[in-house]
Formats: sequence, C-alpha cells, structure tokens
Amino acid sequence: MAADARSAARLGLWLLLAPALLWLVGLIVLPHVDLAILSLRARVAPRVYEPSLKQYLTFFDEPLYWHTFVRTALMSIVATALTLLLAFPVAWTIAKIARGHARSLLFMACLIPFWVSETVRTLGWMILLRESGVLPALLVRLGLTAQPVELLYHDATLLVGLVYTSMLFMVVPLIGALDTLDDALIEAAYDLGGNGFDILRRIVIPHAAPGIVAGCIVVFMLTLGNYLTPTLLGGKNSLWFTEQIYTQFITRFNWEQGAAFGFLLLGLSTLIVWAGLKLSGQRFGDVMRRG
Amino acid sequence: MIPSLPRPAWLRAGTVVYALLFFAFLFLPLAVVAVFAFNDAPYPAPPWRGFTLDWFTARGANGRTGLFADTALLGSLWTSVVVAAWVTLLSVGVGTANAFLIERTRFRGQQALSLLMLAPLVIPGVILGISILAFASRLAQFVDDSFGVELGFLRPGLPLVVLGQFSYIVAIATLTVQARLRRFDTTLEEAAYNLGASRAAVFATVTLPYLRPSLVGAAAISFLMSFENFNTTLMLVGADAPLTVMMYGRMREGASPVLNAVSLFLMIASALLALTLMRAPREPRADPS
Repeated sequence: MAADARSAARLGLWLLLAPALLWLVGLIVLPHVDLAILSLRARVAPRVYEPSLKQYLTFFDEPLYWHTFVRTALMSIVATALTLLLAFPVAWTIAKIARGHARSLLFMACLIPFWVSETVRTLGWMILLRESGVLPALLVRLGLTAQPVELLYHDATLLVGLVYTSMLFMVVPLIGALDTLDDALIEAAYDLGGNGFDILRRIVIPHAAPGIVAGCIVVFMLTLGNYLTPTLLGGKNSLWFTEQIYTQFITRFNWEQGAAFGFLLLGLSTLIVWAGLKLSGQRFGDVMRRG
Repeated sequence: MIPSLPRPAWLRAGTVVYALLFFAFLFLPLAVVAVFAFNDAPYPAPPWRGFTLDWFTARGANGRTGLFADTALLGSLWTSVVVAAWVTLLSVGVGTANAFLIERTRFRGQQALSLLMLAPLVIPGVILGISILAFASRLAQFVDDSFGVELGFLRPGLPLVVLGQFSYIVAIATLTVQARLRRFDTTLEEAAYNLGASRAAVFATVTLPYLRPSLVGAAAISFLMSFENFNTTLMLVGADAPLTVMMYGRMREGASPVLNAVSLFLMIASALLALTLMRAPREPRADPS
C-alpha cells in the first residue's frame, strides 16, 4: 500500500514536471545554448563552420555596431528615468490622495490604454506627429511655425514613444509600493519639522524602493528590447540595437552575426537587472512577482 | 503631500493640472486613431473632411476598401485569434501544472526550477524569437539530414509563433495561478477526502472552483498578450501574418484609414473584455447543486 502510494506520488510529480521541463529545456535553455554555439562559429565554406570569435570582434571593429549598442543602452536609461519621473506623481495621486471611486477610476484610466496593442498606440503617435499630422497642423494654425514641421524621426520623439509605451509597467509597481506606506509616518515626519523634500528623500523613497526598482527593471528591459517604437517613430535615425539583430537575422540571413548581437543585448539586459537588484539589495524572484 | 497635511493651494492645483495632462497624454493617441477612422479622406491626417463609414463598409468603390471588405486584414485578424487561442490554451494548462508543481510538491532543485521559470520574463522578446527560430531550424535540418523527413512546423510559421509566444506568456500564467493556489486552505481538500471523495472529485469540486478566478484571469492576460505580441512574432512569422505584423507592414508603407478602423475595433473589443472581467464575481459562488 505504502509503496503504491509512493509510486503514485512519484508518477504525479513526473506528470507535473514533464510540461515544465519541456517548456524550460525545449524553448528556453536549449535554444539559448544553440544561439551561443551559433554566435561562436564562423562560416569558412558552404556548410562548413569552425569555432571563432569573429562575430564578437566584428562588433568591436565596426563603429556603427557598438555605437548603436551604447546609444540603445543610454537612451533606454534616459527613457526609464523619464518614465519614473512622470509616473511618480500620478502613482502618488492614486495611492495617497484619491479616495474611493475616484481612485479606482483613475487606476483603470491608467490601465485601459495598455489593453490596446502597441501597434495601435504607435499608429496614434504617427498620426499626431508626422509632417501631415495633427500637431504640425496645429502649430501652423497657431502661427508658431510657418510650414508643417516633421516631428517624427527625432530622438525626442523616440523618447516620447518609449516613455508612453512603458508607463503602465512603472505606474503599477509604484502604486503597489506607495499603497503600503503608512500615512502616519508622513504625518510624524511633518510634525517633527520635515519639509516635503526631506519626507520624500528619507521616508517615501526608502519605503517605495522595491517598487521603484521593480518598475525600473521592467521598463528598462522592455525599452531595450523594443523594436516597433524605434523603427516606426525613429525611422532610419533611431539606430536601435534590436534593428541590427533583425537585419542580420532576417534580412541578411547572417545568423552567426545576429546570434552574437543577440547575446550582447541579453548580456547588457542581464547586467542591468543584476546591478539594479544589487544596488537595492533585493531578490530576483520577489521583484518579478511584484512586477 | 497627503490630504491630512496642509497643502498649499498651488500644490493642489498643480496636482490636478498634472493629472489632467498625464491622462491627456495617455489617451490622445487612442482618441486620434478613433477619430480618423471616420474621416472622409484617403489618409488618416487632418484636415477633417467630413464623416464617413467608408473605412468600415466600402467595397472598392472610388478606390476605397473598408475593413469588412479587406480580406487580407480580416484574415490576419483571424490568424491572431487562432494563435491567441492556442497560446491561451497551452499557457493556462501548463501554467496550472507549474503552479501545482511549485506549491504542492517538494523535490530537489525546486527552488532553482521556480527561478528558471521567471527567466523568460527578463529575456528580450526579440532574443526569444531568434533563439527559437535558430534552434527549430537546426532540429528541422537534423531530422531532414538524418531521416530525410521534412518537418514543416519547425520552419517559420504559425506553429513557431505559438511556441515563441507561449515560451514567456506561460511564465505569467504560472505566476497568476500560483499566487492564488498559495492562499488555498488545504483543509478544505482534506475535509472532502474524509467525506470519501476521490482524488479526481476533490480536484473538480473543491480545488478547481477555488482556482477559477485565477484561471480566467490568466486566460484573459494570455490571450491579450498573445494578441498584442510583436517582437517575438516578427522573428518567427511565415507566410500568414498575425494582425500586429500585418499592421506594422502597412504602417511602413503609409497607412490608409482602414488601419484606424481595425484599431477602433480592437479598442472596443478590449474595452468589452476589460468590462466583463471586472464585472465577473471575484469569488466563485457556492454551487447549489
């Protein structure tokens, strides 16, 4: 009986384990191992390959590639910081000032735009910003510009698009973190003579740090890996690293080079996530569950 | 500052103004897309030339094809629905199994496995796409070379799109179901066993009804994320393009307002989905039967 029960339990465990292993090994681990192997070889003749660091050397030799890489990283950091700055007051309003019905209404209003796909939201920005679009026409009407100006394909446009598309992923963890901050702490700090800035720096930010880090990590990752917004709002000027990966993999069919670029991007993204966790002293699992 | 503390008038006014600007920023692009679906002009651009339903109903007259006659666009919409249905089915199924694996069993390496389950969420979608593309091609090549069998589903196309999207959406489904399973009071199951219920009966009448809200939530999120996915899909897509990829292609060529029409349709559909989910009862009601 006992042996039967134990073997039944073991069978159950394996039945539950099988789909998880198929998923993680078949779709995550093996493909990435394969990608690593791909990135570490060079084609010497048709269907003949040998191990080589050529793909990675090309990346450092060709200024366009590493410029694009550094630019993507810096722009992503700027976009993340802007998102945090813009999202924080709204998260504060929803978590601390709004009450009852207004509060859930505001929260829903933050969520709703993100139920629609990024393609649709980007289409909206294109209609607003392109030379024949709504805002240039408005500027002419207001007499601010003589001719309609092209507002697409600038870095600032790109940042607007990236910040817009990441907003939700910052607002939600921020609200979560600010919600648990006891108002009494703020009142106490105020009674002890702290001004707004002191309270923000010494009470609010330390308390909200987990939410801030979670939001920043998710936003940074999504921005770094974004493809749609840079290509459509930034056009040829966007110089986004994911475009390089796409070009190598799909357009030029140079999979070895594309795989190396993929690994460089993955490395950067992992490094930043790791650094964010280290700086704030948090654990990966907790942050992801919060996000 | 919080309401219980004195707030200067400028700060209060500033808060309101900021919130208004913020929500204008959030909704402006969507409003513009919706409005220009009804503009009587060949491009979604100002000036306003009058109201028309052409971009929904036109059937090729004066060079306009509306959404309902645009078979390519409708076809891609259907492709997206089919892909999303598969991804939802797989993600909720495997996600539920994963939740039980983490919450209900103990084995060596469990901690590592549950961390590994979060990894797909920090891998950029483009890289998930290319790694699965490369691996599937290698497998197909290997099978072709060794056995002379061509496995078409490993080449770029909808089966790979489903697998690619599934590879990270299942992580989200797992988290959703797991969060609820963790709060489950196992004495309820024990009570059912004591009353003589079989394992299957306990699962069907006690555990599953309790999990239902999280299963519905996971299904909705999975469907939506699959429907919206672009990055991973773009790398794995074959001849049949799902809606996001088709729209992207047309947006690069210079969009006609039919894209606004299909976008408006998507907005309404997702708003309805959101409303149904919010109205759905949070807790499963006791079944009288």
